Amino acid sequence: MSPHQAPPANAKDIASPWRDDGSSRIPSPVYTSREIYDLELERIFYGKHWSYVGLEIEVPEAGCFKRTAIGERSVIMIRNRKGEINVLENRCAHRAMRFCQERSGKVKTLVCPYHQWNYNHDGKLLGVPFQRGVKGNGGMPEDFSLEDHPLNRLKVEVRNGVVFACFDHEVEDLETYLGPEILACFDRTFDGRQLTLHGYSRQRIPGNWKLMMENIKDPYHPGLLHTWFVTFGLWRADNESQLRIDEKGRHAAMLSRRAQKVTENVAEGVTSFRQNMTLHDMRLLDIVQEDWWGQHTVCMTTVFPNVIFQQQVNSLSTRQIIPVGPDAFDFVWTHFGFAEDSEEMTQRRLTQANLFGPAGFVSADDGEVIEFSQEGFRQAPEFSTLCELGGRDVGPTEHNVTETLIRGMYRYWREVMEL
Amino acid sequence: MTRISLREDIAELMAAYAHCLDDGELAAWPDFFTSDAWYRVVPRENFERDLPLSTLSLQGHGMMRDRLYGVESTIFHAPYYQRHILSQTHIVSHEDDTIEARTNYLVLRTKRDLPPEIFNTGVYHDRIVATPQGLKFAQRFCVFDNDLIPNSLIFPI
Repeated sequence: MSPHQAPPANAKDIASPWRDDGSSRIPSPVYTSREIYDLELERIFYGKHWSYVGLEIEVPEAGCFKRTAIGERSVIMIRNRKGEINVLENRCAHRAMRFCQERSGKVKTLVCPYHQWNYNHDGKLLGVPFQRGVKGNGGMPEDFSLEDHPLNRLKVEVRNGVVFACFDHEVEDLETYLGPEILACFDRTFDGRQLTLHGYSRQRIPGNWKLMMENIKDPYHPGLLHTWFVTFGLWRADNESQLRIDEKGRHAAMLSRRAQKVTENVAEGVTSFRQNMTLHDMRLLDIVQEDWWGQHTVCMTTVFPNVIFQQQVNSLSTRQIIPVGPDAFDFVWTHFGFAEDSEEMTQRRLTQANLFGPAGFVSADDGEVIEFSQEGFRQAPEFSTLCELGGRDVGPTEHNVTETLIRGMYRYWREVMEL
Repeated sequence: MTRISLREDIAELMAAYAHCLDDGELAAWPDFFTSDAWYRVVPRENFERDLPLSTLSLQGHGMMRDRLYGVESTIFHAPYYQRHILSQTHIVSHEDDTIEARTNYLVLRTKRDLPPEIFNTGVYHDRIVATPQGLKFAQRFCVFDNDLIPNSLIFPI
């Protein structure tokens, strides 16, 4: 290897910043180091992990595509003429062009504008201009074969309208990957009903991507940071709650039940701990119990490494994490409903969307605290977080006063990263 | 209303609105709207594709006041100033007492200890109505181009 080349990311070449064998004290470099981040891209985002790509309804017809990313690699989700979903790497086989620049659209074939290389919806190379030269001159070598130069096609699984993909075709099947506890949470929302797309919110958060996973594995903060939740009665420390976690510790779900009689409570005006504080407009909290919820009014599911599935009362979204270096990530919210929703329910979901997203009453501040944690990590390379609420172990609980889900993720992270 | 005085009144409405958000009393913000007005901040992507999701969608003075309460009392955020730079207003139509108008805007954000940055830019799609209290927004959609919001959006645009 020439001295000018960066060595490939390899755990053996990286000094582990961890000072113990546990997962409750997370060292600053885990959030700030470029070489650790490069290894994460390799082993986590491009390794044997399923990444969320989108919802099937985003590409309703043959040729409809959506551009997104897994890790820092740009990919295209596209439906073919048989109705199947493909996920193709957005990189021409010729000169590596990221040829697809629109966010979404509909095409007959995928064409790289640089030299008009032309691919079908399965990523197969259909033709290249001047393959046989011009008037006997030039052209591709005799042994050039279109079949040898497709777009990189990822392994794909679609489960009840949700599309996952993986660069590594040796990955286990999605059901095994999620494990029974998390699969149950996933299927609770995505049970095969037809979805409808409500739209997107996008934000760039200047913090390490894992901090967002931690945020949604942390039931300690909502009642403390999100004053709005508490003020208007959506969160109380004594809410009945359950934390679920898969065997490997990488995925998790936080389920909770707000009040027994949701609608009655709302109709009474939501008495809050600030006794005289009520909303001027109750439509912001016009919560209607839906049959499929069962006993829980909230279910926040983190699927490692790049997606959070949100059911917060009537508001539904997927929140996709796209890392852009160790210090920032893009956070893409895709809000949806069900085709069976009444007009009132659709409106209710859209109004409750004011609580979530980059401006949300109870999530704008998540982005802010992540930014300031990142600043703290940068100024203190020797620091380790203290993540020991509820002990130092990993496992499911029937309460909220624990950081066990975060410890679970880092237990797994240390295994896969060998750090 | 003559064409010229109408233009002057609209220009004054736009300038006063920006002043209210940038330097004035935030509590006065709902007064720029009719009582049942619809205020939206919506990514251009959703708007052009007829996807109904908004970044903020507030219907009426009540929700607007609830938002201000959230901004001032419950949402934790880094303090920042914002400054609106507006284009001239294009009057799309004017029938009876209702004016449809478009105004480009640029909102700069200045956080403590940092240089100013472009925070949000787009077009106000306005429906303005004449009321006994003067011109009010019956509808104000802030359709923004930079759909990747730099972290969080707290104050109204």
